[in-house]
Amino acid sequence: MPWGEFKDTAAERRLFQRRTLVVFGFVVLMLGGLLGRMYQLQVLEHDTYTTLSDKNRVQVQSVAPTRGLIYDRNGTLLAENRPVFSVTIVPERVSDMDTTLAQLTQLLSISEEDLERFQRRLTEPRRPYQELPLRYDLDEQEIAALAVHRHELPGVEVSAELVRYYPYGEITSHALGYVGRINREELQRIDPVNYAGTNYIGKSGIEYFYEEKLHGRVGYQHVETNARGRTLRVLERENPVPGEDLRLHLDLQLQKLAYQLLDGRRGAIVAVEPTTGGLLALASVPGFDANLFVTGIGVAAYRELSTSHDKPLFNRALRGQYPPGSTIKPMMGIAALDSGVTTRDRVVWDPGYFQLQAGGRRYRDWKRGGHGWVDLTDSIAESCDIYFYDAAVRMGIDTMHDYMDRFGFGQDTSLDVSGALSGLLPSRDWKKAVRNEPWYPGDSVNMGIGQGFLLATPLQLATATAVVANRGTWAEPRLLLDVVGDDSLEAVLPETTRESVVLKNPDDWEFVVNAMAEVMHGRRGTARRAALGAPYRMAGKTGTAQVFSLAQDEEYDEEEVRERLRDHALFVGFAPLDEPKIAVAVIVENGGSGSGTAAPVARAMFDAWLLGFPEDPAPVVIGAHSEGGE
Amino acid sequence: MLSKSLLGQPPNRGLGTSRSIWAVLHLDPLLLVLLLVLVSGGLVVLYSGADRNIEVVKAQGVRMAVAFVVMLVFAQLDPSVYRRWAPWLYLVGLGALLAVLLFGVGAKGAQRWLALPGLPRFQPSELMKLVVPMMAAWFLSRHFLPPRLTHVAVSLAIVLIPMAMIIQQPDLGTALLVGTAGLFVVFFAGISWKLIGAFVGMASVAAPLMWFFVMRDYQKQRVLTLLDPQSDPLGAGWNIIQSKTAIGSGGWSGKGWLQGTQSHLEFLPESHTDFIVAVLAEEFGFVGMLALMAVYLLILMRCLYIAVNAQDSFGRLLAGALTMTFFIYIFVNVGMVSGLLPVVGVPLPLISYGGTSIVTLMAAFGVLMSVHTHRRMISA
Repeated sequence: MPWGEFKDTAAERRLFQRRTLVVFGFVVLMLGGLLGRMYQLQVLEHDTYTTLSDKNRVQVQSVAPTRGLIYDRNGTLLAENRPVFSVTIVPERVSDMDTTLAQLTQLLSISEEDLERFQRRLTEPRRPYQELPLRYDLDEQEIAALAVHRHELPGVEVSAELVRYYPYGEITSHALGYVGRINREELQRIDPVNYAGTNYIGKSGIEYFYEEKLHGRVGYQHVETNARGRTLRVLERENPVPGEDLRLHLDLQLQKLAYQLLDGRRGAIVAVEPTTGGLLALASVPGFDANLFVTGIGVAAYRELSTSHDKPLFNRALRGQYPPGSTIKPMMGIAALDSGVTTRDRVVWDPGYFQLQAGGRRYRDWKRGGHGWVDLTDSIAESCDIYFYDAAVRMGIDTMHDYMDRFGFGQDTSLDVSGALSGLLPSRDWKKAVRNEPWYPGDSVNMGIGQGFLLATPLQLATATAVVANRGTWAEPRLLLDVVGDDSLEAVLPETTRESVVLKNPDDWEFVVNAMAEVMHGRRGTARRAALGAPYRMAGKTGTAQVFSLAQDEEYDEEEVRERLRDHALFVGFAPLDEPKIAVAVIVENGGSGSGTAAPVARAMFDAWLLGFPEDPAPVVIGAHSEGGE
Repeated sequence: MLSKSLLGQPPNRGLGTSRSIWAVLHLDPLLLVLLLVLVSGGLVVLYSGADRNIEVVKAQGVRMAVAFVVMLVFAQLDPSVYRRWAPWLYLVGLGALLAVLLFGVGAKGAQRWLALPGLPRFQPSELMKLVVPMMAAWFLSRHFLPPRLTHVAVSLAIVLIPMAMIIQQPDLGTALLVGTAGLFVVFFAGISWKLIGAFVGMASVAAPLMWFFVMRDYQKQRVLTLLDPQSDPLGAGWNIIQSKTAIGSGGWSGKGWLQGTQSHLEFLPESHTDFIVAVLAEEFGFVGMLALMAVYLLILMRCLYIAVNAQDSFGRLLAGALTMTFFIYIFVNVGMVSGLLPVVGVPLPLISYGGTSIVTLMAAFGVLMSVHTHRRMISA
């Protein structure tokens, strides 16, 4: 059938035209509908989508402020910030964490410890899209290796951050404290806005105490990022306010010397400038490298430090609570004179022992045969115990407590030394509360020579010695010398509250100071050997504290047991006698006698401070000779 | 000569002296100019959508050149050739679709390609976009129009069989285009409005059945995502949210060429392929969209004009159906990118980066030009 022959072509054409008209109307309607949709999105809802679009691309990032630096009194940098490159992972951007970690392990040397720490952090609460560090301190080769494989590892970044660095790590560790990564509890405590870009926070010491000043104020930047979170450019920036720099009373050279003097032993040295209370040296030996803690210490390294018998993490200067022994005698002497239980000239017969009543228990003097007739000066110079037994019983606990309290025992008097313990100054009430026993006269006897319940830290001993050196004027121990920043020192340093120790007869100060000078320069002074040849006059007092037992849960071999059952050697003193420039407290654990071991250490400190630091400090031979101790 | 005067007569009188050249080349100059405007504008947008990758633009340019050659070739063939070949092409097409289902190749869970030894890899469903309307037009134009019910039933079978096979691949987008092309043939042929009403009624009953028995999970997911993109803002909803954001943030006049943050910062997915219209909307704003729609509308109007002026029913039906295929491309793509329709893989015609659809579309325009320029003497 030929096409179109019998068809009504005109009718078909008209039908098609009608249908085309309908279709054309449909097309116009639909395209109009699409344009209507566009009008809705682009004109009516434009603001909404502009906001969405900006939210997509513009991210507000916090810019962490640079942490304030810490200097010693001479401007030597003790704590600085070092750029460290680390590889970090944003878990939200990683599709398969195990694969990513496996790949990274092939590219970099990542220890089991790094992985363990990372996995632990992964489970801890954190801010969304926070970068979690995997390994710190990448070298250049590793950075290059990561750059090459970057596209295969979404969510993995090499980030540079300023990390705290202590150039004199071990020497200053106990004096400065350290910073570390913000942990769970700290996250609850800190201002989330100000710490939004900060990864580190002061954990102890000065770093902890002045955290607010050292940290500074957070800054912001608006950055444009692409869909994969890579930052393309900075649109707007509000600079952070860097933390304020701190200058400390600490003298690095003296601090170093203190470390060298105690090297290989356990002990502490606290040196104070009596006029200001400034801590010139604050050494606890052994120390530890604080840098290990900044980026997070490994489990094994931490275990080694924390289980060491020498307790390097323990800050003996601030937290070591020792019986002060005879080093308490100058303060007790002041108390005895001022309370009127004795006079400067009063003499006591020392047969080698003391009895509360005839036939009672004998409290022995360290010197077997006794010192014979002794006055207060002799008793301090030769460290006669009987005189102080007698004085203590005469004073009684209440008077002793009152005077010792005025010297700062039993409390933490420091202004900005965080973590200092307050020792123990016993009282009637204390004994009732803790032991549920009355105070016996025998307790007073022991306390008179710094034994029994009385406990004091090296910092407290140094502070009390400085009060004596100042002839009663208080200068609370402090580390901060100056603030390099907007704030004045007064605004930053806590206020001083202590009142001077005022005596009925102020001349008593000079009397006791002279007695302490006799310790060093007198014919029978217990530390006369330590003062030999000094071109200046000094005051001092030796002490020995008994070690009663070792902790039950620790194991020592036999030789160690013998060594660790030896007495602790103590010494307090200041120099020069008039206008003192330095007061020190020294404790050498298991050092034997104060005169033989601790006094020479103090002498070396005095010499260095008053005469200048030796070019090559000769090792002080300590403990070589004991002059009868106490 | 009479034939000569008839050849050049109604459509392109405006182009004066060049009419003989266009007649020789069998091209419609007005449609050609509109297509060139669209394509060159599209390349400008593509440069931005591909994030300034000039290689992508070059590749697309080459593809366009090939497609224009294909159009030229298709324009040379007389419509009667298409009519004669329609049944055979249709049978070959069905065979190829069957082969795809049996041993086709593909990716992402879909089997769309046929790799025959000695032939380049090709997608039979793409061919069916032309062949199905051809076949339907062939069948219906053999009989008196409007068609009788039996003819409607047969032509529906002609359309639905390949459509069902393409759905099985699965390729919803192509099935939709093939299906609508065929159905528009039936509509243009003059199917009665009562019947249309009946079919719409049946379809609304069938839709829920489709949902439960035919649609695959990922297809259902697309519909659900359309209804509530926020339900999965980082997964399937991401595309819709980001493209709407791109469009909406463009505003009246857009952010400027190459200044679109959504596309250049990689928030907008598929920014140089299926979602390229969002790039245009973001960078050229509502004004840009008006211009695009205007060009598309002009092309559609020219094509419908060609269809209306075709000499016989076959030419009319074929030209009308191919025009509507082009329209469906536009509507589905812009509708899906602007969040009105679920995401199906339909590119923006002649602008989105990608090979096969451009060649098919230009072939269709070749057929239209052929219908327009090949005229036989008919006594008035």
